[in-house]
Amino acid sequence: MNKKNIKDIRDTYDTKYGFNMPEKSFLKAEKGLTEKIIEQISKSKNEPDWMIKFRLKAFEVFNSKKMPDWGADLSKIDFQDIYYYVKPTDTEKRTWEEVPEEIKNTFDRLGVPQAEREFLAGVKAQYDSEVAYSSLKNELEEEGVIFLSTDEALKKYPDLFREYFGKVVPAGDNKFSALNSAVWSGGSFVYIPKGVTVKRPLQAYFRINAQNMGQFERTLIIADEGSFAHYVEGCTAPVYSSNSLHAAVVEVIVKPGARFRYTTIQNWSDNVYNLVTKRARVEKDAIMEWVDGNLGSKVTMKYPSCYLVGENARGEVLSVAYASKGQHQDAGAKMIHAAPNTSSNIISKSVSLKGGRTSYRGLVDITPLAPKSKSRVECDALILDSDSATDTFPLMKINESGANVEHEATVSKVGEEKLFYLMSRGLSESEAMGLIVSGFIEPIVRELPMEYAVELNRLIELEMEGSVG
Amino acid sequence: MISTLEIKNLSAGIEGKKILKGVSLSINSGEVHALMGKNGSGKSTLAQTLMGNSIYSVIEGSAKINGKDILKLDPTERAQAGLFLSFQHPSEIQGVKVYSYLRMIYNKSHERPLSPKLFRDFMEEKMKLLEMDQSFSERFLNEGFSGGEKKRMEMLQMLILEPKIVILDEVDSGLDIDAVKIVSNAVNYLVKNKNSSVLVITHYARILKYLKPDFVHVMLNGEIVKTGGEEVASHLEEYGYTDSELKVSSPSNE
Repeated sequence: MNKKNIKDIRDTYDTKYGFNMPEKSFLKAEKGLTEKIIEQISKSKNEPDWMIKFRLKAFEVFNSKKMPDWGADLSKIDFQDIYYYVKPTDTEKRTWEEVPEEIKNTFDRLGVPQAEREFLAGVKAQYDSEVAYSSLKNELEEEGVIFLSTDEALKKYPDLFREYFGKVVPAGDNKFSALNSAVWSGGSFVYIPKGVTVKRPLQAYFRINAQNMGQFERTLIIADEGSFAHYVEGCTAPVYSSNSLHAAVVEVIVKPGARFRYTTIQNWSDNVYNLVTKRARVEKDAIMEWVDGNLGSKVTMKYPSCYLVGENARGEVLSVAYASKGQHQDAGAKMIHAAPNTSSNIISKSVSLKGGRTSYRGLVDITPLAPKSKSRVECDALILDSDSATDTFPLMKINESGANVEHEATVSKVGEEKLFYLMSRGLSESEAMGLIVSGFIEPIVRELPMEYAVELNRLIELEMEGSVG
Repeated sequence: MISTLEIKNLSAGIEGKKILKGVSLSINSGEVHALMGKNGSGKSTLAQTLMGNSIYSVIEGSAKINGKDILKLDPTERAQAGLFLSFQHPSEIQGVKVYSYLRMIYNKSHERPLSPKLFRDFMEEKMKLLEMDQSFSERFLNEGFSGGEKKRMEMLQMLILEPKIVILDEVDSGLDIDAVKIVSNAVNYLVKNKNSSVLVITHYARILKYLKPDFVHVMLNGEIVKTGGEEVASHLEEYGYTDSELKVSSPSNE
C-alpha cells in the first residue's frame, strides 16, 4: 500500500469515525527497550510531561521486578528481541504472502471477508468498517458518552484521564503492568456519564486500528453512578501477530449503582505470550462482569479481578479457555471482598486437546472488612484426549467468619458413550465432539453477543475436524 | 422403498466373553418384528452390536442392509445407511438445544435441507404426534429429562431422521400405558408412511398389543430359540420365559 492510500484511509477514518492514527511517527522501528525509546514513544505522541515521567518510573519498576515464579512458563521471552513501538506504516510492510497458510485457511473456513482478513493478519493497519459505528457514535455523543482511543483521550480530556489513569492497576502491580505502563499505546477510553444506559454493546472491533489490537494497549473505563454499558473487544478469528508479546492493562471504575460488562474474545496466533492485567474497582451497589474467552496464543496468563470496595458490590467472572497443541491457558479470576455484604461469582470452563494445557488459578479473598459476604466458584475442565492436561489452583482466603463460600470443580473426559450416541444419529465423530464441546461452554457462550457466539461455535467445529480420527 | 436387514449367524461379545451365539434374522420393509427375552439374554448386545458400539466385538457372521454388510462401518455410516437405534439409556448432552440438534441431524440425513421455518413446522408436527410440549425444543438434549421424556425424545429423533430400519431397545420400559400407546403410534406412523422395518426389543408383551408384530422371536442365552406370530408373545405373557416349551421347541437346544 502506498503513502497516498494510507493517508486516504486516515482522512476518511477521521471524518467518518472521529479518530485516526497518530499523524507523525518519526520512530524507526528498533528492537529492545531503553529509556531513550520510551522518551521517543512519548514525544512522538506529544504527551504531557507527567506521562513521560510516569512511563520512565514504570520502566524502573519493570527493571527492578523479577519474572513471576508461578504460573505458565515465561522463560522463553526475550525482552530485547521485541519491538516496543511500531509506527503504523511499519505494520503494513507485511504482505499477504507472508501470512501463515494455517491462518489463511481458517479465515477461509470461517468466511471472514477479505478486508477484515488483511486487517486481522496485520497486512492492513486499519479495518475499514462501514458498520453501524457512525450511527452508534451519534447516539453516544448525544448521551455524553466518550469512546476514544486512549491516546486521543489523553489529549482531549486530560483532567478526567489523569484522575483515573493508573489508579486501579498501578504501574508497580506486576512486571507486565509495569512494562505496559512504560510503553503503552492504543487501547480504548470510555466514559459513561451518570445515569446513562448504553443499550448496544460498545465494540472496539468496529473502530479498530492496528494499535487497538497492538501489543501494549491500555484501556481505561469509567462507568459513572447509575450507568449501564457493555464493552466488547477482540474477535474469534485468529489475529496474526509477528510480535510475540502482548501485555495489556485494562482498568475499570464502576461507580455506585452502575453496572458494567467487559467482554473479551482473543484468538492470538500461537507464537504470542498474552499477559494481561484486568482489574475493576467496584463501588457501592455496583456490578462488574468480566466475560473472557481465551482461544489462541502460546501462553496466556490472565486473571480478571474485581475489588469490591463498596457495600453490596458484586463481581462476576465468566471465562472460557481453549488450549490446543503447544498452548497453555493459565487463566482464572480474582475477587477481593473489602466491604460488607459483597458478592462474587466465578464460572470458569476450560477445554484442552491435542496436547494443550489449561490451568484455573483463582483467588477469593474475603477480608475482615467484608461481613456477610458470599462467593461462589465453579470451574469445569473438559479434556478431549490423553495428551492434554488441566490443573486447578483455587485459593480462598476467608477472614470473616460469617462468609458464605462455595467452590465446585469438575474434570471430565468426553465419554465414548456420548460420542456413540450422537454418531448413531448420523453425526461424524468430529461433529459429535464439536457438539459436546459447544454444549460444555454454552453457559459462557450464551453471554456473548450473537455474532461472537455463532463464530465461536463455528471455530470449534473447525478445530474438531483435525482432532479426531 | 424396499429395505431389508439381514443378520446371518452373528456372534459377538464383550471383553472376550461371547454373548451372541449365531443369531440369524431377516426383516423386510414394512415388517415389525419383536425380540423378546429376559434380562441378560443378549437382546441389547444385538442392538448395540448392530449400531456399532465399539465396546462389543463381532466374532463372526454378517449384518446387511440392502445387501451391504454394515459391520465394518462406523456408527455414523450405519446411520447414513438407514439404521436407527432407540437407546435404552440415552445420553444427556449438556448445553445442546434440542431444536438446533434436530435440525442438524435432519440436514445430515436428508438430501435437501429445510429452511428454519419449514423445519420448525416439520418438527412441531412430529412433536404433536408424540404429544410433546413445544417447550422441549428449547431444552438441552435429554438433560434432566425423566425416563419417559427421554423415550419420547428418542421417538422424536426417529421421526425426524425417517430411518429405513428401526431398532427399539426397551422403548416401553418405565412408560405408563398412555405413553406406550403414544410411542407405538409413532412407530406405526413410520411403518405406514415410510415402509420402515422395525425390530422391537422388549420384556413385555404389553407394547405388542399396539405394534402388532408380524413375527415374534424369543432369545435365550444369545440365541433365537423360537420364532412365531403374536401367539408366541401371548404364550410368554402367560407362562413366562422359564416355560419348558421354549426349550423343547428350540432347534438349537442342546
